[in-house]
Amino acid sequence: MAAPFSWIKPEPHGIYIEPADCWVDPSRAVDKALVTHGHADHARGGHGQTVATPETLAIMKLRYATSDGATPVEYGETIRLPGGVDATYIPAGHVLGSAQILLEHAGERVIVTGDYKRRADPTCPPFKVTACDIFITEATFGLPVFCHPPIEEEMRKLLDRLAAHPDRCVLVGAYALGKAQRVIAELRKAGHTDPIYLHGAMEKMCRLYEEHGVDLGELRLVADHTKEEMRGAIVVCPPSALNDRWSRRLPDPITAMASGWMRVRQRARQRNVELPLVISDHADWGELTRTIREVDAQENWITHGREDALLRWCQLHQRRARALALVGYEDEDD
Amino acid sequence: MEEFAALVDALVYTRSRNEKLRLIAEYLRATADPDRGWALAALADGLDFPAVKSSTIRNLMKDRVDPVLWTLSRDFVGDTAETASLLWPAPEEPPSPPSVSEAVELLSSMNRKSVVTELPRLLDRLDASGRYALLKLATGGMRIGVSSRLAKTAFAQAFDVSVDEVEEYWHGLAAPYPELFNWAAHGKDPPDIENLPTFRPFMLAHPLEETVVDLTEYAAEWKWDGIRVQLVRAGGETRLYSRSGDDISATFPELLDVLPFNAVLDGELLVRGNVQGGEAGGAASFNALQQRLGRKTVSKKMLAEAPAFVRLYDVLIAEGNDLREKDWTRRRAALERLMARLPESHFDLSSLVEARDFEHLAEIREGSRDDAIEGLMLKRKDSPYIAGRRVGYWYKWKRDPLLVDCVLMYAQRGSGKRSSFFSDYTFGCWDGDPDQGADLLPVGKAYSGFTDEELKKLDRHVRSNTVNRFGPVRETDKSLVFEVAFDSVHESKRHKSGLAMRFPRIHRIRWDKPPHEADRIEALRSLVRD
Repeated sequence: MAAPFSWIKPEPHGIYIEPADCWVDPSRAVDKALVTHGHADHARGGHGQTVATPETLAIMKLRYATSDGATPVEYGETIRLPGGVDATYIPAGHVLGSAQILLEHAGERVIVTGDYKRRADPTCPPFKVTACDIFITEATFGLPVFCHPPIEEEMRKLLDRLAAHPDRCVLVGAYALGKAQRVIAELRKAGHTDPIYLHGAMEKMCRLYEEHGVDLGELRLVADHTKEEMRGAIVVCPPSALNDRWSRRLPDPITAMASGWMRVRQRARQRNVELPLVISDHADWGELTRTIREVDAQENWITHGREDALLRWCQLHQRRARALALVGYEDEDD
Repeated sequence: MEEFAALVDALVYTRSRNEKLRLIAEYLRATADPDRGWALAALADGLDFPAVKSSTIRNLMKDRVDPVLWTLSRDFVGDTAETASLLWPAPEEPPSPPSVSEAVELLSSMNRKSVVTELPRLLDRLDASGRYALLKLATGGMRIGVSSRLAKTAFAQAFDVSVDEVEEYWHGLAAPYPELFNWAAHGKDPPDIENLPTFRPFMLAHPLEETVVDLTEYAAEWKWDGIRVQLVRAGGETRLYSRSGDDISATFPELLDVLPFNAVLDGELLVRGNVQGGEAGGAASFNALQQRLGRKTVSKKMLAEAPAFVRLYDVLIAEGNDLREKDWTRRRAALERLMARLPESHFDLSSLVEARDFEHLAEIREGSRDDAIEGLMLKRKDSPYIAGRRVGYWYKWKRDPLLVDCVLMYAQRGSGKRSSFFSDYTFGCWDGDPDQGADLLPVGKAYSGFTDEELKKLDRHVRSNTVNRFGPVRETDKSLVFEVAFDSVHESKRHKSGLAMRFPRIHRIRWDKPPHEADRIEALRSLVRD
């Protein structure tokens, strides 16, 4: 009989499931991939077969303009892979369609979280704690300095600044998939009903969210409107456009950025951000450690991020853990 | 403290100089004495509380947070005060923040023993922003993108007075500057500093770059390789100031009783030796001077072996005559006349460089390397002596840097603007033929010379080519070549290679160059001119 868990192999380019000859979130094209969510560092194009939630597949289709080999799996649904491996997709609470993948083989249960958070998010169902033997967790914000404040506080900061400068606009840099739509949905929840202006690169993803039942209110494209019309308005763009020439068409923008990194002052300064909004779709330190406790797996494997500190925490709390050296995950803008 | 904390936060996130000026000026107008005086001091010069150091904060934190988690956090955030403000356990009581002056009073009253209980009590009265502002204020330099000059300009703007006048009084007064506020904010007489040996702000030079000047309008002078100093005698006392206005008198006691009249003189501090020629004998290289810098006390042996002297550039004030408004030619003539009354043992005159024209001067500059001279200074003959850097008056024309190809060996995360990126690089040269199995030996460290875009690429390179970790230090696979620029190289015990570079910076990143083609130690050693 094979050694316990020898069927699951962390490799530099992803997690390989040997009996099924398939990969989870591989960073290069493979024959068969299980994909946790639609962010480009997890969902590369060009796989022979892609197994993911319908929402993730829709996002990938939008991004790669092809849906060859797409195999949809609903939340809670189990798909049987070759070699006697079962894969179940469970909400991860990260972005629309994001899933943890529970892999079961020979009575052993392994969860790959992809990215996740534990806060409420109007754009996707919440993370579900699920028992397993090995918990493979992300650690993007795996340092005790990271503590994301309640999003309501950050929305208040944003709306207060907007109200204080009726002649200007607030330009919010937000990741085009997930963060942008969550910020818009939260603004609506906070009672902001004015039209919100979008950078062209955000339009299609926002439409896709709306098609999946997320109400974003009235959205307008920056390109269709004059400077005058955008005074006193919120404009959302990808982080890369914040300091770009593009923003010159806006009325004296106040530069904001919605990201967990904004918790650190120098990070905000490095990006020339005037109004840092600490909003993340990843678990902060408290959520990561709480999740490890609640899942209570025999062993925790830690993927991309600040794995050193989370390893240390596991050690201090007598939990078995190891760091996986996966390449290719980028987290600069989250 | 809340208003000060809000100001500090706003300044951190503000890019525009005018907006920063406006924020500080508004704070200074709206805040009462002496709070605003302390705040101004903190912004301009930083306050000093002997009992509160970075290490104090570190020790406090290590009692409250696991030491490994503390180190990892500090390393990522890149700032001890900020890390501590974020990790400080939330107090149960709601915040009851002190005023700035109450905080200053409490911090001043702490000693090494009491700080362990008193500082936590103070931190517990603040929220995260307040803790950040307090710790920044308590540990000196705020490093929030506000220069001393900017803070003084904001003060001048707040009360509609001249910033040059503020500069003039500044160094004769002490925080919280009641005389300054009485004068500027309350309309009282200006402070009297005439009989105090205070620092006068230096006139500084712009890099020449592509400019060509007419030598009928400009005088040329060597740029000596020591440290720029100001020697001031007034009220029966002589003091020596560094370029930033720090009083370094105690480090160079031999210069404190050799100025026979009241004056403010501008010159280069050097140590006797035989490389940097001058009017009266030579000076040693910068390396020799460096052995004497930063000491609180000086041994007799050191005074005998490495006596210091001042090579004079300029005179600001002589025997009650303020010459700063006069043009350079007149000041130079006055300085030359004064030389006869200054002891040769401790003073000489920085000689002028005569050239037919600019091209001739360029030739002379090319030949200057062997004299360990930094390059040339060009001073407009009709320039008054003005604090700071004024376009068109003074230029520095540094000689071209030396270049050597090195291999990246170790990287560490930076602080401040570069925090959380791997931005501090240790690089080495080959100790022999790399194809015959020679090793790399570290020769220097650099933190600058690359763009923000390049920094991102370098950070990625370090993260994906790490072969070893030693605490915060990453050892890389030694696959990347840097073309390193530096001003000079000296013998040193600091590195295993026995060499140390002066002002090393990354000149180019040679993504294309195979590491075995980088330079060898011998190549670098051949450039030593000690």
